[in-house]
Amino acid sequence: MIGAGDRAWRATTGLAAAVIPAALLLVTVVLVVGAWPALADAGPGLVASRTWDPGRGTFGAGAALVGTLLTSLLAVLVAAPLGVATAVVTVELAGPRLSRVLAALSDLLAAVPSIVYGLWGAAVLVPLLRSELFPRLKPLGRVIPLLAGPAYGPSLLAAALLLALMILPYVTAVSREVIAAVPRSQREAALALGATRWEMLRDAVLPGARHGILGGVALALGRALGETMAVTMVIGNRHDLSWSLLSPGYTLSSLLANEFGEASGDRHLAALMAVALLLLVVTLLVNAVARGLVRSVRSGRSSLEVAR
Amino acid sequence: MTPPLSRQRFAALLVGVVLAACAPKDASVDDAAPAPAGGTSIDLTGAGATFPYPLYSRWFSEYATKTGVRINYQSIGSGGGIRQLREGVVDFGASEAPLTDAEIAAIPRGKVLQVPAVVGGVVMVYNLGDGVPELKFTADVIADIYLGRITRWNDPRIAALNAGVSLPAQDILVVYRADGSGTTYVFTDWLTRVSADWARGPGHGKDIRWPVGIGAKGNEGVAGQVKTTPWTIGFVELAYATQNRLPSAALRNRAGFFVAPTAGALAAAAQGVEKRLPGPDDFRVSLVDTPVPDAYPLASFSWLLFFAEQTDADKGRKLVDFLRWAVRTGQTSATILDYAPLPQPLVQQILAALDRVTIGG
Repeated sequence: MIGAGDRAWRATTGLAAAVIPAALLLVTVVLVVGAWPALADAGPGLVASRTWDPGRGTFGAGAALVGTLLTSLLAVLVAAPLGVATAVVTVELAGPRLSRVLAALSDLLAAVPSIVYGLWGAAVLVPLLRSELFPRLKPLGRVIPLLAGPAYGPSLLAAALLLALMILPYVTAVSREVIAAVPRSQREAALALGATRWEMLRDAVLPGARHGILGGVALALGRALGETMAVTMVIGNRHDLSWSLLSPGYTLSSLLANEFGEASGDRHLAALMAVALLLLVVTLLVNAVARGLVRSVRSGRSSLEVAR
Repeated sequence: MTPPLSRQRFAALLVGVVLAACAPKDASVDDAAPAPAGGTSIDLTGAGATFPYPLYSRWFSEYATKTGVRINYQSIGSGGGIRQLREGVVDFGASEAPLTDAEIAAIPRGKVLQVPAVVGGVVMVYNLGDGVPELKFTADVIADIYLGRITRWNDPRIAALNAGVSLPAQDILVVYRADGSGTTYVFTDWLTRVSADWARGPGHGKDIRWPVGIGAKGNEGVAGQVKTTPWTIGFVELAYATQNRLPSAALRNRAGFFVAPTAGALAAAAQGVEKRLPGPDDFRVSLVDTPVPDAYPLASFSWLLFFAEQTDADKGRKLVDFLRWAVRTGQTSATILDYAPLPQPLVQQILAALDRVTIGG
C-alpha cells in the first residue's frame, strides 16, 4: 500500500531526476536547430576542412577538433600517472600528517578557478616554456616531427600541460578514494605471502582499484575536453594543423569563447552552433568510450584473480 | 534621514566598485554613483561593444546624476549587442563597426539608425625589449608583416623607415585578435586600402583568416601577449597601449607624414568628415587614412545603434535626449579616456538626425 506521502515523494524525486535528461535533450534540440543551416551548408566540410574564414563564409573546424582531442588526451597522459602516483603516496606511503596535507593541497588545486590557471599559464608557464624548455627541445625537433618547427610559447603543448595540471586533482582525488577502499585484508594477505611493499601495491592494491582509477581518468578527460578560458589564453588560437606540439593550435571550446560574442551574421552563428554541437557529440562519445572501458575492466577478471 | 550605510548606498557603492574594477582607467569615474531616489528601476538598456564601456559607463553615471535617467549597458560584444537590438531585448546597441545596408535590411523590426558617439584609435604595439625608441611604420610594411612576407625585425624595409634604430636580428611574432572585433575591422580596413595583396588575401572584416601569427582574445589579450612575449607586434585600441605602457608606432598617413597616436591626431582624422557623409541620416564614413595632414591613419568612430522609429514614446524620448547629451556634453570626457571628441559640424548633423527620429509610432 502506497501512502500519499510516498506518492508525493516519488513524484518529487521523479521530477528532479527528469530534469537532467530534459536539460540535455533541450540543449541538443536547441543546438541542432541552431546549427542546421551550417550542417546543411558545410556538411562534412565542417570537420574535414581547417579553413575557418568567417569573412568569406568558410567554416572548417577540423583544426579545432583535432586540437581539442590532442590537448585533452595529452593532458590525461600526463595527469593520469602523476595523479595515481600522488594517490599512492598519499594513501600508502606517507605518514598520517603528510598524507592529510597532500590530500588538502591536491583538493585545493581543484578549487582554483580556471581563469586563474589561464592567467598563470599565460604569465608564468608559457614564458617558462619559451625560454627554458623549447630551446632544449630544438635539437630533438630535427628527429621528432612532434617537436619541430618554430616555438613561440603559446602552443598545443602549453595547453596540454596546463590542462594536465587542472585535471590532476580529479585523478588524484578519485584514485585516493578507490585505493583507500581496497580491503585491508587484501594487503595483509599479500604481505603475508611474502610480497614486498611494491609487490603488494602492484599485485594486490592497484588491480582492485583499477576500474575506479579509470573512472577518475574518464571524468578528468571530460573536464579537459570542455575547458575553455585557460586553454584560450595559452593555445595561440590558430586554425592550423601541424605535426608539432610546439605550434599554436585551437580547440572547439576556445573557438566558441572567442567568436560567440561578436558573431552577428546568421551563417557565422549557425557555424558556431554546429561547433557547439560537435563539442557535445565529442564529449558524449569520449565519455561513452571511457564508460565502456571502465565496465569492461569491472566485468573482466576480478581483482583477486588478477592478484593471484 | 538615512542611516550611515543604507542598503541603497551600499548597493551604489558596490556598483561603483565593480565598475571601477572593470574600467581600464580613471576609476574616479564612478565615484558619483547614481543618487536619485525612486528605487532601482532602469529606464533604458543597451548592449554591445566592450571597448567604449569605460567611456559609456562614465556617461551613464554622469547622466543619471544629472537627469535621474538610468541606463544599463552590458558590454557583451558588438555582435551580441546587434543581436539583442534586433530581437528587441535592448533599446540601443553599440558597435565599433557599422552595419552594412544588407545587414540593416535583414532587420525586420524597422530601420536602424547608426550615429557616431566618439572617435577612437587603433595603435601598433611591439615588444623589442627596453629602450627601443618609437618605431615608424607604413601600411604596406605592416601589411607585409601580417602577410608573413617580412619575417625579421631587421628587414631592410623596416630599417629604411627607422634610420638610426638598432633592430634585432629576430623573427617577428605577429599577434592578432582571435575574437571578432571592431579593432580588427578598422585595422584591416587600413590594410585593404593600401595593399592590393591584403585586399585579395585576408581582406576587410571584423573576423578574418590571418595568414601568420598567434591569436589572443580581446584588446587585453593582445596587449598581454605583446607585453610578455619578446619580438611581438600587435594592434590594440589606444587606451590599452597607454595602460600597459607599451610603445606604439608612428604611422605614415595619406599626406605622407609619420603621426603618433594622440588625441589631437585622432581628432584631426575626423576633421571635415561631415562633408563626406553618404546621406543625411547616414554617418558611415571611414576615418581610416584620411587626407588631413596631421591625421592619425588608424582612426574610427564608435557607433550607437537604435531604431529610427521608437514605438515606446517614453523610452524613445529618453533615448534621444540622452544621445543629444552624449554628442554634446558627453564629448568632454572623451579625451580623458583616450578617445577624441566628434568634430562640431558633425555634432550639428547628428542633432539634426536625432530630431528626425519618430517617437511613439
